[in-house]
Amino acid sequence: MDVVSKLVDVTMDFETRIFGRKRRVRAVDRVSLEVRRGEIYGLVGESGSGKSTIGRISIRLYKPTKGRVFYGKLDITELPESKLRYLRREMQLIPQDPYGAINPIQTIGEALVEPLLIHYKLSKDEAVEQAHRALEEVGLHPSTEFFTRRPRELSGGQLQRAVIARAMILKPKYIVADEPTSNLDASIRTSIIKLLLDLREKYEQSLLFITHDIALLSLIANRIGVLYLAQLFEEGPTEKIVKNPLHPYTKALLSAIPLLSDELGLEKVYLKGEIGDPSNPPRGCRLHPRCPYAMDKCKTEEPPLIMVNEGRSVKCWLYYNS
Amino acid sequence: MRVSVLEVKDLWVKYYTFSGIVSAVSGVSFNLRKGEMLAVVGESGSGKSTLGLALLNMVPKPGKIVKGEVLLGGVNVLKLTPEEIRKIRGSRLSMVFQDPFTTLDPLRKIVDQFEEFLLEHGFDKSKSRSIVKEYLEAVGLPERIMYSYPHQLSGGQKQRVSIAMAIALNPEVIIADEPTTALDVVVQKQIMDLIDYIKGKYGSSIILITHDLALALERADTVMVMYGGYIMEYADKKELLNNMKHPYTKALFEALPRITTRILPKSLPGYPPDLRSPPQGCIFHPRCEYATEECRLKRPVMIEVGKGHFVACHLYR
Repeated sequence: MDVVSKLVDVTMDFETRIFGRKRRVRAVDRVSLEVRRGEIYGLVGESGSGKSTIGRISIRLYKPTKGRVFYGKLDITELPESKLRYLRREMQLIPQDPYGAINPIQTIGEALVEPLLIHYKLSKDEAVEQAHRALEEVGLHPSTEFFTRRPRELSGGQLQRAVIARAMILKPKYIVADEPTSNLDASIRTSIIKLLLDLREKYEQSLLFITHDIALLSLIANRIGVLYLAQLFEEGPTEKIVKNPLHPYTKALLSAIPLLSDELGLEKVYLKGEIGDPSNPPRGCRLHPRCPYAMDKCKTEEPPLIMVNEGRSVKCWLYYNS
Repeated sequence: MRVSVLEVKDLWVKYYTFSGIVSAVSGVSFNLRKGEMLAVVGESGSGKSTLGLALLNMVPKPGKIVKGEVLLGGVNVLKLTPEEIRKIRGSRLSMVFQDPFTTLDPLRKIVDQFEEFLLEHGFDKSKSRSIVKEYLEAVGLPERIMYSYPHQLSGGQKQRVSIAMAIALNPEVIIADEPTTALDVVVQKQIMDLIDYIKGKYGSSIILITHDLALALERADTVMVMYGGYIMEYADKKELLNNMKHPYTKALFEALPRITTRILPKSLPGYPPDLRSPPQGCIFHPRCEYATEECRLKRPVMIEVGKGHFVACHLYR
C-alpha cells in the first residue's frame, strides 16, 4: 500500500523545568502509524494524550526523541531544516487556534503571499493573483474584501477559512489538521469540514485529522487511531471501531457522546477519574486505575498492541490469547 | 404544576461599546420551576452567557440591564442594593462557570477559600470545616483535596470544587454556564452525572447554559433556544425532540453528527448577526431557508404551538 506518512516506534520526551527541577514528560510513547495515500486517518484522544505532538512529528515540526519518521519512502527523521524546507510545500499543518496561526499585524493577503514568494519565487503580482484565487476557493468572497483585513477583523469561521487557504496555497499533498473546528460553533463547523473534504478531493491530498470528537471522525475518517496517555490503544477501519469497539477506553469514548451514544446500541462503559499526569503515568496498563475490567495483570504488566484481525489492533489484555 | 422559583420578565441587556450598542439579550421571559433543569442553548453571540450574568445582576461594564424583572420568590433581584445582592448570591442563586480558574483563587488552599465563602454567609467557624468536608464528599472528592491549591487539581476536580461551593448553601437556583465545555468527553459525562445527582438530592432548580443541543436534549427537562439575543423556541425536552418547529432549532439539530449514517451533518449558511446592527425583522432571516418578505420586515412574536411549546416564527402563525 502506498504510504504518505509513516511513524515507526516514535517516542517524544519534553523536558520542563519547575523551580530548577528537571521533569521529563513523555508526550508520545512508542507509537507507530501510517497515513496511506488518499485516506483520512483520524487520531482521537483527550487533552494530554499526545495527539497534537504526533501530528507535529509527522511533518517534522518536532524531531522525535526515538523512532523514525518517513514522508513517502524518505526517512526525514534527521533531515536538516534546510532540506526540510523543500518538503514543507508538500506537508502542511492546519492548527486549532486560527487566531494564533496568522500574525495579527499581517493582513490576510500578506499572510497568503508570503509563502508563495519564499517557496516559488513568484513575482509579487503573480503571488497576489494566486492569493486572491485561494481566498475565493475557500469561500471568502469577494476576495478583495478579505485581502486587506487583519485576523481580528474576521469571525472565527472566516479566519479558519483564511488559515486553510494559506495551508493550501502551496498545493500540499499531506495535511495535518489539528482540531480545525473545535473552536467553532456547530452551525459553522460542518461547512469548514466540507471545505477540507472538497479540497482534499480536488488536490488528491492525504489527511491526518486530529480531534477529541470521535463522532466527527466516524463520519469522515477511513481509519481511526485511539490515543490514551501517549500510547496508541486501538486502531482499525472506522466502521469497525465505531460499530464494534474493542478497547474499554474506546467504548467509554463512544458512551460519553450525549444523545448519540444511544443510537449505536453499544455496551456502555463508564470510567472513573481523569486521564492523569503524562509525566507520571500508571504502571502496567495506563488505563487500569479507571478501567472497570481491570485485572491483576493490568496493574503490573503493560499489554502489547495485539493484532486481532486484518488491520485491527488493540492494546488490552482482554484480547490476549497466549 | 410545580411552583416557579424564578420568573424572568421581558429582560433586555445592552453593551454600550465604543463601536456601537450591542443588543445582547432582547425581551427574554421565562419561568423556572422547582427542581427543573432548563437548558439555554445557543451559539457564541446568542446572549446565553449574558442572560446568565443578568439573572445575578452581574453584567459587566459597559453592559447594562435596560429593562425587565428577575423575580426570585417574588422579589426583583435587579432592584436590590449591592449589599442585598451579595447576600443572595451563593445562598439563593449561585453560579458555576465554564472555567473554574476564574472562580478559584490560585494562591489559597481550597479549604481556606471554601471556609471564607461560608463565613461571609454567616456560618459559624466551628461548623464550617465539617460543611466543607460534607460537600466535597457530595461531589465525589476525597478529603485531602481540601489542603490542595487549585493548580494541583485537574480540570474535572476544580469543576467539582466550584460545584461543591455552588451547592453548599443550598440555593434555590444554580446557573451553570458551560460547566463541561473545558473538559474532556469522559469527564464531561462525569460532571453532568454529578449535576443530575445534585438536582435529585437537593431538589435544586438548574439553568444549564450550553452551546451543545445534544447535551441539552439528553439532560434537561426544558430547552430554550436562543439566537442573536432572542428566544427562538422554548419547550419541554420530549416535545422539542418530537416536534421541533423553529428553522434554527432544526438547523442546530441537523448540525449534530449522526454517528450511524456516515452522512455529514448539514451546515447553516452565513454567519451569526452583528448585534451592533442586527437585521430588521426576524433576527434569523438572513440565514433561514424559509424566509419570506414578512420575515424581512416584521419581528415574529412568541406564539404557543402546543402545550408549553413556544416558538417565535412567522411560519407557525
